[in-house]
Amino acid sequence: MLLHTVNKSPFERNSFAQCMGHAKKGSSVLLIEDGVFAALKGAANESVVSNAIGDIGVYVLGPDLNARGMTDEDVIDGVKIVDYTGFVELAAEHDVVQSWL
Amino acid sequence: MKFGIQVNEGPYQHQAADSAYNFAKAAIDAGHEIFRIFFYHDGVNNGTRLTTPPQDDRNIVKRWSELAADHNVDLVICVAAAQRRGICDADESKRNGKDADNLAEGFRISGLGQLIEAGIESDRLLVFGD
Repeated sequence: MLLHTVNKSPFERNSFAQCMGHAKKGSSVLLIEDGVFAALKGAANESVVSNAIGDIGVYVLGPDLNARGMTDEDVIDGVKIVDYTGFVELAAEHDVVQSWL
Repeated sequence: MKFGIQVNEGPYQHQAADSAYNFAKAAIDAGHEIFRIFFYHDGVNNGTRLTTPPQDDRNIVKRWSELAADHNVDLVICVAAAQRRGICDADESKRNGKDADNLAEGFRISGLGQLIEAGIESDRLLVFGD
């Protein structure tokens, strides 16, 4: 199964929406860099994330989240926060890493 | 597990160089191998030893060189992208009739075949860029 990484804010580009449109059940999406804004609770795309959770594992990179002034409290329920060690583990656990740029 | 990494953006311009470094470091710390890091497009700017950031800022180029020295990581700069951007080693400098070279310690200049090989030989290939 695939690990998708998204590094753009959903308010800047459509790569997150594209990624979610392509991600199959059982795959995972990791939000890094400005991609972390897709994990923000109460934002316009919240339903896209919350509806996908269960079928797709949604993760967010903690250091990038914190660097943008957000904490665990700001993240949509069900989105898992990982550090770089967790990023490496996700990359190893999945067969392929697809970087959405 | 063997990881291959591609970096498409220059240092201090985009987070890609930092993200790629942090990933590589975490992978090595977890006992994985970094087969190669391939610097492409503006990513070749990660390989100039003339970089002199302020003392209170991270030295991205030096950090790569140290990673190569400490963990034997193969840092490869794309030759075509490097020539366009004025990144060269002593051989390339001589070949193109230039008066200086600037490739940082631990980097080497080679071609796209090295990226293809990294894709084949690595278990996973990750791309960091804009």
